[in-house]
Amino acid sequence: MAKKVVVIGGGIAGMESSAYLAEMGYDVTLLEKEDCLGGHLRNWERLFPTMRLGQEVLDFLKLGVDTKVNVIRNANITKVNRIEKRFQVELDRGASFNADALLITTGYDTFDATKKEEYGYGIYDNVITSAELEKMFMEGKNIITPTGKVPKKIGIIHCVGSRDEKVGNVYCSKVCCVTAVKQAIELKEKLPEVEIYCFYMDLRMYGMHFEALYKEAQEKHAINFIRGRLSEASENMDQTVMIKVEDTLAGKPLKLSVDLLVLMVGFVPSKGTKEIGKMMGLEFGTNGFYKTKDQHTMTNVSNIQGVFFAGSCTAPKTITNTITDARAAATTVASYLESYDLEIRTKAFFQ
Amino acid sequence: MVDFGYKIQADRQINLDITNKALANFVKKHENSFNTCIGCGTCTATCSTAKFTDFNFRRLQLFIRRGETANVKAEIAKCMLCGKCQLACPRGVNTRNVIMMIKKGLEAHV
Ligand SMILES: Cc1cc2nc3c(=O)[nH]c(=O)nc-3n(C[C@H](O)[C@H](O)[C@H](O)COP(=O)(O)OP(=O)(O)OC[C@H]3O[C@@H](n4cnc5c(N)ncnc54)[C@H](O)[C@@H]3O)c2cc1C
Ligand code: SF4
Ligand code: SF4
Ligand code: SF4
Repeated sequence: MAKKVVVIGGGIAGMESSAYLAEMGYDVTLLEKEDCLGGHLRNWERLFPTMRLGQEVLDFLKLGVDTKVNVIRNANITKVNRIEKRFQVELDRGASFNADALLITTGYDTFDATKKEEYGYGIYDNVITSAELEKMFMEGKNIITPTGKVPKKIGIIHCVGSRDEKVGNVYCSKVCCVTAVKQAIELKEKLPEVEIYCFYMDLRMYGMHFEALYKEAQEKHAINFIRGRLSEASENMDQTVMIKVEDTLAGKPLKLSVDLLVLMVGFVPSKGTKEIGKMMGLEFGTNGFYKTKDQHTMTNVSNIQGVFFAGSCTAPKTITNTITDARAAATTVASYLESYDLEIRTKAFFQ
Repeated sequence: MVDFGYKIQADRQINLDITNKALANFVKKHENSFNTCIGCGTCTATCSTAKFTDFNFRRLQLFIRRGETANVKAEIAKCMLCGKCQLACPRGVNTRNVIMMIKKGLEAHV
């Protein structure tokens, strides 16, 4: 009989790893707490760096799980038992699933911007998050501010909830710099007259083609990039938002009123990631994401034998990174199930 | 001799080979967070003094690190020690203690 794998979390990572494991001949059950698969990808209209529709990638992923994967939606996991080398996952509605290996793909949440009170989110109407801007794109309506104006000036703030000791998140969220560039270009395409200002500490254009997208934003769309971090936002009488930064390259404080302020919210471990981790006794790293057994050599391996990770539950990742990681996890799970000793070389060198 | 109007200009380059690191080392020794600044400018953006004068705490720290200390004494005197910068700094630099240590370092003639 085929060995069983239960995958927890039906976002990109869960879908792609399930597809690969099912193709390899394992009996795969994918548990998703929502009523549909896809995770965050369902909310993104166009994707960096290609500007391809998110829906197209979603369709690609769906094709992988359509036939051979046992997909369970609205799955509320209440308990995970370990019986010798096997696992049993229980749902609130009484169902339970046995597994020879578990793969955790519970993903991330976006940073709650109300925690960064001085940026005015939840206080001033015209301050929104990158995820909310994406929702506007998704709905395909004309771009207007929450107070009903066609924006003439838009500010984009990088690193909101990332690289900030004051909110307790010291890490870089990795996708928001290029998301800012992508969203700035999209705004400019929809509103050719609009002025856009991106405020950044460092522009992290590490990915292949990211730098080209940045250059396109400057050259073709005249988007302004100002090196400085927002100290605080305040509301003007007319409900525009006044922002204060230091233009560090000019060496002078700078203020600007914008009709719309977009906060590039970072990644935090998802609620589901925290819950499942606590329920099972999985180890968390210093940043609150799951800790992998070795950062170079055991990237998909957890502290519990037979339990593995993929995707953004271990660190912020792009879709490209997530898909690659999901396939790597599938290989790792399969190797484990075929009794390959995953730890022997790591132990020989690093422990 | 014909005067062509040329002058010998003083060298304006920061010369890291001969830079004077004494003040930077003093501050670093007494306030470890001094070296963790990433130059984001949040301190200067929130600083009331920077709004009205050309005092710039981010740049001043950088100058000290580069050994450019000629104007530090006059500059640091402009700070009101209000501590707003410390509330804003994303790197958790203990800015007020940095300022105190700069003053102390200057007094100690480092
Ligand atoms: C504003 C924004 C724009 C972005 N745009 C792009 C882009 O253009 N290109 C790009 O490459 N990347 C982009 N990204 C990054 C992209 O969203 C991630 O790479 C991707 O979503 C990670 O997938 P994942 O499967 O790891 O996690 P998720 O998308 O978070 O999926 C996790 C899934 O697990 C489920 N789950 C969680 N807990 C449980 C539980 N206890 N039980 C059952 N199910 C559970 C969730 O419901 C969800 O379906 C963007 C990110 C942001 C914030
Ligand atoms: S990717 Fe850019 S915006 Fe996001 S946390 Fe890193 S530096 Fe900041
Ligand atoms: S806010 Fe902190 S990190 Fe940023 S320039 Fe000032 S001291 Fe440096
Ligand atoms: S403590 Fe000094 S540098 Fe900091 S905000 Fe106040 S006046 Fe400016």
